[in-house]
Amino acid sequence: MSAEINVTGEVVTAYLSGELDHHTAKQMRETIDSAVELNMPSLLVLDFSRVSFMDSSGIGLVMGRYRNLQKTGAALHISGTSPNIYKVMKLAGIERLAKLERGNEND
Amino acid sequence: MKMIKNSFNMSLMSRSSNESFARATVAAFATQLDPTIEEISDIKTAVSEAVTNCIVHAYDNTLGKIYISAEILDNNTIKIKIRDKGKGIENVEKAMEPLFTTVGGERAGLGFAVMMSFMDSVKVRSALGKGTSIIMTKKISRRYSVNG
Repeated sequence: MSAEINVTGEVVTAYLSGELDHHTAKQMRETIDSAVELNMPSLLVLDFSRVSFMDSSGIGLVMGRYRNLQKTGAALHISGTSPNIYKVMKLAGIERLAKLERGNEND
Repeated sequence: MKMIKNSFNMSLMSRSSNESFARATVAAFATQLDPTIEEISDIKTAVSEAVTNCIVHAYDNTLGKIYISAEILDNNTIKIKIRDKGKGIENVEKAMEPLFTTVGGERAGLGFAVMMSFMDSVKVRSALGKGTSIIMTKKISRRYSVNG
């Protein structure tokens, strides 16, 4: 499990990979939070294309980042969600907090 | 009474590193029902939620044992039981409400909502100071395809 950070202008993109559960979420959110703190982006993109599994710990991670971004008014985008991850996101109503995009199922 | 065609049981310590082990093991057992990728994914997610509850809530991040068993029933259904001997749930009905969480912070409070949404049935029994057991079932669709 890892999070690779890319900064382009005012956009911070975190490319998450591996399995996202309660065990792995902590390290991932620390990586994301320090990148956000350092770069103060106007948009944070969480890319799930390389995440092979996610349970509700992923929802906790998204909701926690959303709360942090509220302080600076930055937007949050979720991209690259597989059918399973999309299903968990929809169950939590994440599309009300962030722009939610499906991944390419042919990837 | 449904006939049990196959079963397994195991116990593991409530370490968070065992979350992936637990869901992968149950998923591997379930493959004999020839589930779709979506069905396997649903089972993995539900097991992950139940095991995480044992670690975060039942044992409050201290070490205890989690007991997992599963049965394949003759109607192409998997029955999964996840049990702990932790602190128990004071109000099961409330705990099962979406977004209810006692720990706050980075927990979404959606564990039971995910289990109920991804499985066909979820039964919770809990006694304060004694522990909690969760029994979940899911019927796996029988796939008949002319293309094999």
